[in-house]
Amino acid sequence: MEDELAASITIQGAVWGGAKAFTVTSGPGFSLMMEHIGYAAMTETPCVFVDVQRGGPSTGLPTLPAQADMMQARWGSHGDYGIIALCPNSPQECFDLAITAFNLSEEFRVPVMLMLDECVGHMTEKVIIPDAAAIDVYPRRFTHLPPGEFRLFEPREDKVPDMVRAGDGYRFHVTGLTHDERGYPSMNVDTQRSSVTRLLEKLQPFTGERALSETADLEDAEVVVVSYGITSRVAQRAIDLARQKGVRAGKFRIISAWPFPEKHIAALAPKVKAMVVPELNLGQMVHEVERAAAGRCKVRLVPHAGGTVHNPEAILKAILEAAE
Amino acid sequence: MSEQTLEIPCNIPADAVNPVEPFLRMDRMPHIWCPGCGIGTTVNCFTRALIDSHANLDKVAIVSGIGCTGRVAGYANLDSFHTTHGRAIPFATGLKLANPELQVVVYSGDGDLFAIGGNHFIHAARRNMDLKVICVNNLTYAMTGGQTAPTTPSKVISATNPYGVFEPAFNLVALAEAAGASYVARWTTFHVKQLSRSMEEVLRKKGFCFIEVISPCPTLYQRRNKMGDGLDTMKYYKQASKIRHGAPTAECDLTKSGEIVVGKFVDRDRPSYFEMLNSQMTETLGDRYAEPEVMCEQC
Repeated sequence: MEDELAASITIQGAVWGGAKAFTVTSGPGFSLMMEHIGYAAMTETPCVFVDVQRGGPSTGLPTLPAQADMMQARWGSHGDYGIIALCPNSPQECFDLAITAFNLSEEFRVPVMLMLDECVGHMTEKVIIPDAAAIDVYPRRFTHLPPGEFRLFEPREDKVPDMVRAGDGYRFHVTGLTHDERGYPSMNVDTQRSSVTRLLEKLQPFTGERALSETADLEDAEVVVVSYGITSRVAQRAIDLARQKGVRAGKFRIISAWPFPEKHIAALAPKVKAMVVPELNLGQMVHEVERAAAGRCKVRLVPHAGGTVHNPEAILKAILEAAE
Repeated sequence: MSEQTLEIPCNIPADAVNPVEPFLRMDRMPHIWCPGCGIGTTVNCFTRALIDSHANLDKVAIVSGIGCTGRVAGYANLDSFHTTHGRAIPFATGLKLANPELQVVVYSGDGDLFAIGGNHFIHAARRNMDLKVICVNNLTYAMTGGQTAPTTPSKVISATNPYGVFEPAFNLVALAEAAGASYVARWTTFHVKQLSRSMEEVLRKKGFCFIEVISPCPTLYQRRNKMGDGLDTMKYYKQASKIRHGAPTAECDLTKSGEIVVGKFVDRDRPSYFEMLNSQMTETLGDRYAEPEVMCEQC
C-alpha cells in the first residue's frame, strides 16, 4: 500500500472480506496508524499490528532500539478503548506470539499489538516452526444465526459479538460512529456508555487470569525485576549477578503488557521489598507497576533513553540498592 | 381529500412500494440530507443502476468515507462500511483483495476522496484496482460548514475564503485519467438517466472506474454564492452542461458559473490488479505459483 494510513485500514477491509490480516511498522509509521487502531477497536475488527520500536520522538533513531511506544500502543488513538499488546523477547517468541496475537484478536475482536524492539526485530536465533497441524488456531467466530435474526454488535456472554463476512447475504453495516447492536449510528449517551464500556470490559480477563507472563525465583524474592522485551534478557543477567552476591532477586517478565497484568503485580507487591523496572524509555510501564503496587513495595525505574540496551550493571546497582 | 380522489388515481395497490425501497434501509429514514441536496438523487440513480444491472445484491459491498456523501453507505441495503475520513478506497481495496467475487463500490464526496484521501485515489487508479468510485462533488466541505475544498472553483465564496477562492481547483476527471482509471465519466444531478446508465456501465466493467457527479449544496455553497436554491441549480446545470463524450479531460475544468462539460471521457481496458499480479507471478514462478486462496471457511 501507499502509506501507513492505507495499510492500517486495508487490513480491516480484508478482515471484513473474510481474511486474516496484519501490518508491520516502526516509530513514525505507528503514529500514522493510530486513527485506524481506534477504528479497529470501535468496529471490533480482529487484526494485528506489529510495531518494531525504535528511539523517538519523531524520526528519532531508525534501526536502534527503544521501548518508548508502550503508552502509545495503549492510548495512542483518541477516545476510550482497549487493546491487547504482547512483548516477545526472542525470534522464537516472535513466531509463537504472532500466532497468539491472531488468536486473541479473533477471540476478543480487538486489534492486537505485537510490540517488538529493534534488537528483537533484528535478532538471529534458532526458531522451531512446528507442523501447521500442531498449531492451535482460534477460528473466527462466525454467527450461526440467519440474516434477519443476526445483530452485528450483540454481545455474547463474554461481551464479544459474533462476526460475519461481506458477501454472505447479511447486508450488515459497520461504522466508526457510536453504534447500536444493529451497527447503526446511535449517537446518544446511553449507547455511548454501554458500547464503549463493553470495549474495555471484554478485556478484563487480561488483568488477571488471562495475563501472559514468565516468572522465576519469586518464592523467596526480596527484589523483583519487572521487565519486558529485550530488556528482560539484560535483566536476567543482572538477576543472576545479584543472586551471586547473595541478594534474593526474582523475575517477573511481562508478556501481555496491555491490559496491564495489575492483579499479578498487586499480589506480588506485599511479598517483596521492591520492584525494579528497567525500560528502554524514560518511564512508561513503571507507572502501571506503581499503580498496581499501590505503595505496598518500593518501585524503582531504571531508565534508558534508547539507542542501545541497558548495561546489566545499571540494573544490578538498582537491585542492590533496593535490597538495602 | 374526498373519497372520489382516492378512488380515481392510477390503481396503485395498497401494498405498493417505491421500486428503490428494497435497496434502501427504510428503518434508517429519514436521511440527514438537506432539502435541495443532490446526494439523494445520486442514490436514486444508483439503485436504478443496481436494478438494471441485475446485480446480485448479496455480492455488492459499498464503502464510504466521511462527510455528507459518506452517509450513503449507511442507507444502502447492502454490506456497507462507513470508514474514516479519506480512507474508503484503501478499506475497499482490502475488501476486494480478500473476496474478489465482491463488487466493491466506493461512494464518497470530493473532500473525502480528493483532499485527505487523494493519495489513495491516485494509487488505486494506478493499480487499476477493481473498484467503482462514485464521487458526489458539491465543490465544498458541506458537513463541516462549507470550507474550501480542493475542488472549489476560483472566485467562489466559502467559509474559509470569504473574499473568494484563489487557489486553482483539481479537475477530477483529468486527475482520474492521468492516474490510470479505466473508465471516467462526469454528470450532474440534472442528468439522472445518463448518470444511472453510467453507474450501470461501471457495475459491468472491470478495473478502476470513476464517476464524478456535480451536485448542489444549497445550504452552504449555493446560498453563500447567491446561486439560488436547489431548483435554480438544476436550471443552471441544464443550461450550462454540454454533453461531450470523449472530450479531452484536460479541457473539462469547472468554473464558478461557466460551462460544465459532461459525458463519458474514458473507457479503456487495462490489465486489472489481479491480472497483473497473476501474470507476473506466473512469469516468475511458473507452476510453483498458485493464486492465493484468501477465503477460508475456518479463518
